[in-house]
Amino acid sequence: MSAVAPPTAAHPCPERDTAGHDQPSPRRTPLHDVHRGLGAVLTEFAGWTMPLRYGSETAEHHAVRRSAGLFDLTHMGEIEVTGPDAAAALDHALTGRLSAVAVGRARYTMLCAPDGGVLDDLVVYRLEAERYLVVANAANVAVVFAALTERAAGFDALVRDVSQDWALIAVQGPRSADILREVTASDVDALRYYAIDPAVLAGLPVLLARTGYTGEDGFEIYCAPADAPAVWAAVSAAGAGHGLVPAGLACRDTLRLEAGMPLYGQELTAGRTPFEAGLGRVAVLDKPAFVGRDALLGRRESGPAELLVGLLPAGRRAPRHGYDVLDPDSGVRLGTVTSGAPSPTLGRPIAMAYVPADRAAAGTVLAVDIRGSRDTVTVVELPFYRRQAGGHA
Amino acid sequence: MSTVPENLRYTRDHEWLSDEDVPAVGITAFAGEALGDIVYLELPGVGTTLTAGEACGEVESTKSVSELYAPADGEIVEVNPAVTDDPSLVNSDPYGQGWLFRLRLTSTPELLDAAEYAALIGAEASR
Repeated sequence: MSAVAPPTAAHPCPERDTAGHDQPSPRRTPLHDVHRGLGAVLTEFAGWTMPLRYGSETAEHHAVRRSAGLFDLTHMGEIEVTGPDAAAALDHALTGRLSAVAVGRARYTMLCAPDGGVLDDLVVYRLEAERYLVVANAANVAVVFAALTERAAGFDALVRDVSQDWALIAVQGPRSADILREVTASDVDALRYYAIDPAVLAGLPVLLARTGYTGEDGFEIYCAPADAPAVWAAVSAAGAGHGLVPAGLACRDTLRLEAGMPLYGQELTAGRTPFEAGLGRVAVLDKPAFVGRDALLGRRESGPAELLVGLLPAGRRAPRHGYDVLDPDSGVRLGTVTSGAPSPTLGRPIAMAYVPADRAAAGTVLAVDIRGSRDTVTVVELPFYRRQAGGHA
Repeated sequence: MSTVPENLRYTRDHEWLSDEDVPAVGITAFAGEALGDIVYLELPGVGTTLTAGEACGEVESTKSVSELYAPADGEIVEVNPAVTDDPSLVNSDPYGQGWLFRLRLTSTPELLDAAEYAALIGAEASR
């Protein structure tokens, strides 16, 4: 069992940058010592040392589905776009119509290359009429910042990478609102899904958003890095009576997989457009020209050759990222698994994969090469898990 | 730090063997912690002949799949049905209910004692 050698162990030795500042590589969040104190298993993710899990990742997963989980997401990147043309610049740079987003609301959108390939998926908050906050995946911050800067040229808009100015803490799960109510005087219940408002939390100024990546109701709290330990402590204390537990990236991945949410680098890549991922709705093709529009129009007309589907294996072994999807009879390779794991909620393995459009109908029987054996899988509609109606969105 | 019972012997691949004529074999607490929650085990069947160091099964956790290597030369004489039904026993009780199988040894294996194994994982943990 040689693979046990800890791939997840933290890097204990901070390196110094050339300026001589303490600048550990990988980078640490302002909650690093909090995670260490909680006994977190740390992992390197997109250049950051992040909590993978604190105890059992399965228990953390169930806590988010049943009560609530507390996540440090400071690795996410924040880019601010401001100025009289901020809305027009984003309409030109991104696939969505950001000018139509009301102040205090958010939109899920994408940055596409001229050929329609996805460069990143983003949540964009409109904080003020002329001020947007673009939240990018940690691994893509530089790409997004460069693209926005280039695409905003000629507009009266300023693009700034403000990632260092923000820590991000998420509270996710059905008890999230109960917990937030105890730490802020803001009207938590009036904050709608995909809305954001300035709030005071534990006496500290934050941006409180009702967004997330788990398939549950939940909140994301943007605060100054120096305030992050106090925000974390206040939410932890309030959550103790509501079953809140600290939750790491391991359960974040299984939660989003169950919810059928794409992960950049797996379901979303520069080699595919949003249409293959079933996310063609993010491409607003009737707005004025934007980068990637012609290619996306063409893809909508032609229809995608491959589609993202859910797979339910018949057996107990999980298809994993990169495994081949096969024709069950001939064994001919048809596609690729993008993500797969044992689903804690379903108690069986689940996966997402790209398969030819004519093999993407629910009920289609396919196979996956799981480390040399041809395991039967059935195509199912996404998501695998949908929370009970009655909550937000 | 992980517990390392004194009465067991260990492999460098993080398996333990009981000090019996037909030893029980399991995965150490250190390995279980590194793997995360174990959700699936594929174990060799009764009667399978194992060769030390060769892959003989799979350990699947939420995030990873690892091969299980034969800790010694021998023949499988018993597989723990409880642990195949509930692989989380490897995490919750690695040296007790989480045992994997019993192996009739056909040669004398080279194994570590508890102190040697503790030194090995101490070195890995601080690496």
